[in-house]
Amino acid sequence: MSRAVAESDASSNNLDARVNALLSRSRRNLGSTRLRELFIYAALIACGLFSLLITVSIIGVLLTETLRFFQFDEVTVGNFLGSAQWTPLLGATKSFGIWGLISGTLLVTGIAMALALPLGLITAIYLSEYAPRKVRDVLKPVLEILAGIPTVVYGFFALMTITPFLQWLHEGFNVYNAMSAGIARGPRCFPQVCSLAEDALHSVPKALRDGALGLGGTRFDATIKVILPAALSGIISAFLLAVARAIGETMIVALAAGSRPQATLDPRDEIQTMTGFMVQMAGGDVSNFGTEYFSMYAVAFTLFLITLSLTMLGNLVRRRFRETYE
Amino acid sequence: MSSENRKDEIPSDGATANAGASGSRADKEKTLRGSDSRMATDRAFRRACVIIAGISVVILTFLLGSIVLQGLPSLSITLLTGTPEPEPSQAGAWPAIAGTVWVCTICALITLPIGIGTAVLIEEFRPKSRLGRRLLSLIQLNISNLAGVPSVVYGILGLTAFVSMFGLFGAAKNGEPAFEIGATYYDQFTNLASDPFLSMGIEDAEERYFLAPVAASSDPPTVPKSGMTMFEYIGETLEPVTINVVGAEDFPPTDPKELSLSVDGNSIPGRISEKAWYYFRLPFGRGVLAGALTLMLVILPVIIISSQEALRAVPSSLRDGARGLGATSWQVIWNITLPAASPGILTGSILAMSRAIGETAPILIIAGIVYIRNAPHHLMDSYTVLPLQIYNWTSRPQEEFHAIAAAGIVVLLVILLSFNAIAVILRQRMQNKVR
Repeated sequence: MSRAVAESDASSNNLDARVNALLSRSRRNLGSTRLRELFIYAALIACGLFSLLITVSIIGVLLTETLRFFQFDEVTVGNFLGSAQWTPLLGATKSFGIWGLISGTLLVTGIAMALALPLGLITAIYLSEYAPRKVRDVLKPVLEILAGIPTVVYGFFALMTITPFLQWLHEGFNVYNAMSAGIARGPRCFPQVCSLAEDALHSVPKALRDGALGLGGTRFDATIKVILPAALSGIISAFLLAVARAIGETMIVALAAGSRPQATLDPRDEIQTMTGFMVQMAGGDVSNFGTEYFSMYAVAFTLFLITLSLTMLGNLVRRRFRETYE
Repeated sequence: MSSENRKDEIPSDGATANAGASGSRADKEKTLRGSDSRMATDRAFRRACVIIAGISVVILTFLLGSIVLQGLPSLSITLLTGTPEPEPSQAGAWPAIAGTVWVCTICALITLPIGIGTAVLIEEFRPKSRLGRRLLSLIQLNISNLAGVPSVVYGILGLTAFVSMFGLFGAAKNGEPAFEIGATYYDQFTNLASDPFLSMGIEDAEERYFLAPVAASSDPPTVPKSGMTMFEYIGETLEPVTINVVGAEDFPPTDPKELSLSVDGNSIPGRISEKAWYYFRLPFGRGVLAGALTLMLVILPVIIISSQEALRAVPSSLRDGARGLGATSWQVIWNITLPAASPGILTGSILAMSRAIGETAPILIIAGIVYIRNAPHHLMDSYTVLPLQIYNWTSRPQEEFHAIAAAGIVVLLVILLSFNAIAVILRQRMQNKVR
């Protein structure tokens, strides 16, 4: 159409026509380019919104199914939040006290963190302050591999190697026990603690480090008195994120910690965690759509709330920290 | 830095070299006394650090060593090609390996575009409006929170969102599809010759199976009639046959040929189905597609975050140059930023996929522990994955299965380590290029 106009112009004024033709052509191309840009932009926004949709549907699904769980006659909110008796499969004496599962989760997580936190923090300090390049080049891939090994492998290791060793040490250990799962979870968590803590140590400005060393401090002095306090919020955030990760870990506890929920502090005993219960529900032949099936959603929602608040807190602390130094 | 540490017997040397404090002659005495103990602490701490950092190497060696020792004797070709038989010596993981390949390939195909697209959106577009900026920071915050959600929760979401699709298709509760394409249903009849009582000792009458096509899976069972055309598998193809029906009061035919074509009039057929490679159903059920989509939820945040880092590492001078030449936003991204960031994106994606391969909990939630003998044939086929098979073997009481589980872990670790190795090599190449 526009080309036809341009050609008719050509008879009257040649130069004008050529300019017009050029303009019209470039305008047409620009139009299609703009359209394409707009289309792609919309597609990218759709991708971005998809991640929001995931969050919304997690919360939506867990919330509605949890509400449905609380509508059962056998279930009361008071029992759920106030009891440590988690016996959903015991026919007549069903009790849904979430603390029975939370205590197991905390016990295993506590053991794991007691191992992973000091190990991870000191390894991070070593990597960031002391280690020569060659050691770093070896240690970093080792940590990456440790973090990359699937949890089912750690579960196997816990059940087949750690538990027999513990039983050899002390006869009181059950075949399934919290200690073994906690010990296996430690090396799984500590690379994460290590890499996050190292990030925090790295982002302390070099000037602070140089200042401490220049004043005659040893590396130890600089690390303990200057760098660690400066990186403290980053390290706290690393701890929080690692605890969140450890609480949500599933396969190690499913294999090694057992399936008897009880509120105990004895690490030799069999316990059940929130994640372990979900796996038991999904993997077993429990009748679908009974109370115990929906209790899985209530447990998942509790787990989600706990890990989400830890993660959000961790990210918040880290962001605060970053703002201070960047 | 490491060399001065060796001179343990001369602390003052170490102090000078390490702390860089020259110290004036006048209070040398004082400084040295103070630095003596501080240097000792520093050395002790350094040694403790080396030991503790060494623990990780020890753990890794011990972990891998114990598993390889347990698994090596059971590592065999049967393990790679066999089916998970209940007899330990014949058990194999072929369906699990094939299932892993199916699920992870589909997962990668779905996740990569969405993940990289989100990363590009966050990193490369600077929205002019305030609302747009708010939205982007919300998405960013959301992704870092999603990365912390336990994978087992994604499994629960997948169970509701993909397997039963929120119960939108009423029939979802008993696992039956509400809508499907690519399935053909048959009623299967056996002939009289397969019944030793009715065939009355006529030896050469062969056992045959006849298939009567059914329009829909909910149709009532076919009632056989004499002269009806049914189908029979001859090798791989279906051949039409005309059958003969024998009622309850009739005597079965004595001619072996006729007997082999006869069907009991009161027999109740078995409903079987043939599914084409493009078979599709709603809701997805406990099939490969549901598994892949659930794994997508797990690794999407990982891929987004690593792609963002790769995009951030692209020098902005490249973008500015392209923009200066008149390129549009998308032209800059497609021709400049993405190619420059591609090694980083690829590395991150490979690592994310290796996580997907090892992920067990969400698959366990949505697929359950089922006995699978065949590799999946279509997107909705039931499946199992290698880590799940390992879990299954580990949780059995027999010792033999534990050895097979260890061998399965060796296979899994070889796959994962080769993925990691590819990622490391790519990263090094990329670093060399930048230098």
